[in-house]
Amino acid sequence: MAHGTAAVAKLDSPRSPYVRRKTTRGNYELYSWVFMRASGVVLIVLIFGHLFVNLMVGDGVHAIDFGFVGGKWANPLWQVWDLLMLWLAMIHGTNGVRTIINDYATRDLTRGILKGLLLLAFAVVVVLGTLVIFTFDPCPPDAPAELLASFCTA
Amino acid sequence: MPTAPAGTLYRGREGMWSWVAHRVTGVLIFFFLLVHVLDTALVRVSPEAYNAAIGTYQTPIMGLGEAGLVAAIVFHAFNGIRILLVDFWAKGPKYQKVMLWVVVGLFVVTMAGFLPRHLMNVFGGGH
Repeated sequence: MAHGTAAVAKLDSPRSPYVRRKTTRGNYELYSWVFMRASGVVLIVLIFGHLFVNLMVGDGVHAIDFGFVGGKWANPLWQVWDLLMLWLAMIHGTNGVRTIINDYATRDLTRGILKGLLLLAFAVVVVLGTLVIFTFDPCPPDAPAELLASFCTA
Repeated sequence: MPTAPAGTLYRGREGMWSWVAHRVTGVLIFFFLLVHVLDTALVRVSPEAYNAAIGTYQTPIMGLGEAGLVAAIVFHAFNGIRILLVDFWAKGPKYQKVMLWVVVGLFVVTMAGFLPRHLMNVFGGGH
């Protein structure tokens, strides 16, 4: 210290209240923990509904073709359903895999590469999926009518 | 050169194994999700391209794969509710083992409802 008087040590008063050390990394992990639980509950409803309608109703998986998808996305309810499912599932899943990478990849470089690939996969799938839901044409003009939903020819 | 940590806190039994199963099923579901969005995106290419891709899902082998996928999702969902109860219900930690067996019971009931219907769709009639 530049001043000679600094030799007197500065001590906290014995009765000074406990102050929690301020974290320097923000509350990101807390929000991610809350998000996993909140999105998990919503995803149970969305995914169980999705599986029931696509695999259990009618002929199940055999009924799925282009016309089936066209018929579903003609209804705004299923557009919103699938969009919400896409975003929540991708954020939930990406955050889960991020946690696993952090747990098992001990080298900084390995961890960085794996998380970079994860982020890339997240971005590609979410952007692609969102574009598909919003730009999908259930009745493409040059397609054979028997492959399309019934309302295309009506 | 980093080495594996010497000695761990892993204690086995219901708590650890449900945690392991939650991770394994979560990763499986995540990778399926990536593929599933890509195959569904083929509806933007052409009806023929989508039908060809989805046709490969309608074979017996993929039908069994779908059964495994649904099993993974059902376990992950029910165990996820168990995790919520452990975290937010005052008695959750006390009953975490019992709750795992409730999860297993609900899993068996749900799969008993799903599998016959799905396997009939996959192996019986249809295409």
